[in-house]
Amino acid sequence: MAEENVDVLVENIVTPENLVYRKPTTLLDVDMHYCPGCGHSTVHKIFMEVVEEMGIQNDIIGVAPVGCAVFAYNYMDVDMQQAAHGRACAVATGIKRMLPDKYVFTYQGDGDLAAIGGNETLHAANRGENFLVIFINNAVYGMTSGQMAPTTLEGMVTTTSPYGRDPKVMGYPLKFGELIAPLPGVAYVTRQAVNNVQNVRRTKKALQRALEYQKMGLGFCLVEIVSNCPSNWKMTPLESNKYVQEVLIPYYPLGDIKVPEVKK
Amino acid sequence: MAKVVGEVVIDIERCKACELCVQACPEQTLALGKQLNHKGYQYVVKINDNCTGCANCAIICPDAVITVYRKVYKTKQQVPA
Repeated sequence: MAEENVDVLVENIVTPENLVYRKPTTLLDVDMHYCPGCGHSTVHKIFMEVVEEMGIQNDIIGVAPVGCAVFAYNYMDVDMQQAAHGRACAVATGIKRMLPDKYVFTYQGDGDLAAIGGNETLHAANRGENFLVIFINNAVYGMTSGQMAPTTLEGMVTTTSPYGRDPKVMGYPLKFGELIAPLPGVAYVTRQAVNNVQNVRRTKKALQRALEYQKMGLGFCLVEIVSNCPSNWKMTPLESNKYVQEVLIPYYPLGDIKVPEVKK
Repeated sequence: MAKVVGEVVIDIERCKACELCVQACPEQTLALGKQLNHKGYQYVVKINDNCTGCANCAIICPDAVITVYRKVYKTKQQVPA
C-alpha cells in the first residue's frame, strides 16, 4: 500500500482535465485591496463565478457604492458605474430603465445602503425596480475605520459608540431585509453569510436565483450577506468569522425572507 | 477501492495569510509557512499529501489564490505502476 501511494504521487495530476476549482475568469487578475479574510472579496469571487457560469458577462451592468467596495469595478470584469454615496439604487434605476434587457446589480455595504442610501433603496424597492441589490452587512462603517452603522448590534463597541451601542440614545439595529419584504414591488429577499464553506455555497445559489428572478422580470431582489470586518472589529479573520456565527447570525437569522411564486 | 488524489496550487504572492483555508480543510493539509511573500504575509503551504481535492479551501479563500485538481483512480489497476 505504501508503494502504491508513492507511485500515485509521482504522477502529475495538475492538468486541465483534473481541474476542480479555479479563479473565475470574470474576476480580473489583480491584487484586491481588501484586508485579509474580508467577506467582500469572497462575495466578489462567488458573484463573478455566477456571472461566468450563467454566461452573462457581456449582459450585466453593476453599480459600485462608496465604502470598502468602492473599487469593485477594478476587480469585476463587467461593465460598472460608480454612484455617489448611497445612490446606487437611483443610478441602477436609470440604467435598468434605459437598458431593460441587461442584468443590473448594485453592490452596497450597510453604511451605504441602510444609512445614507436608506431612502433611495426603500423607494427603489417600493417602485419594484427590476434589479438585484447585493447588501453586505458587517455592522460597521468599514472604510472610514469602524464607526457605528444602523446595523450595529446593541452593546457593540465601535469608534463612535465606545461604551457600546445604547438603543435609548442610538436606536436599534436595522433589519433591512425584514423592513422591505412586505412591499408589493419586492420579489425576493434573502439573508445569507460567507463565514464558512457551507454558507458560501448557499450564498452563491441565492445570487444565482436572484439573477434568474430578474430575468423573469419579477421585481426588486435583495440578497443580504452577513459579513465580517476583522480590521475594525479588532479580531483575526478566524475570530471574526466565529463572531459572525455566534453573535451576528443569532440577531440576523439566515434564510429566505420572501420568495416569489414562480409559475413553471 | 477507489482512490482520490487531490492537489492544490497556491498563488503565494496573492495570499494574505488569513488562515480561513487552514480551518476549512478537513484533512489538515494546509498550514501557514515560515516564509514571507513580497507583501510580508506568511503564505499558506501544503504540509502533507492527504488532499482529496474537495475544494473547500478554494471556496472559502477570499482572494481566490487556490486552484484545485483532483483525480479519481477507480480500481487498483488504473493506479499508475
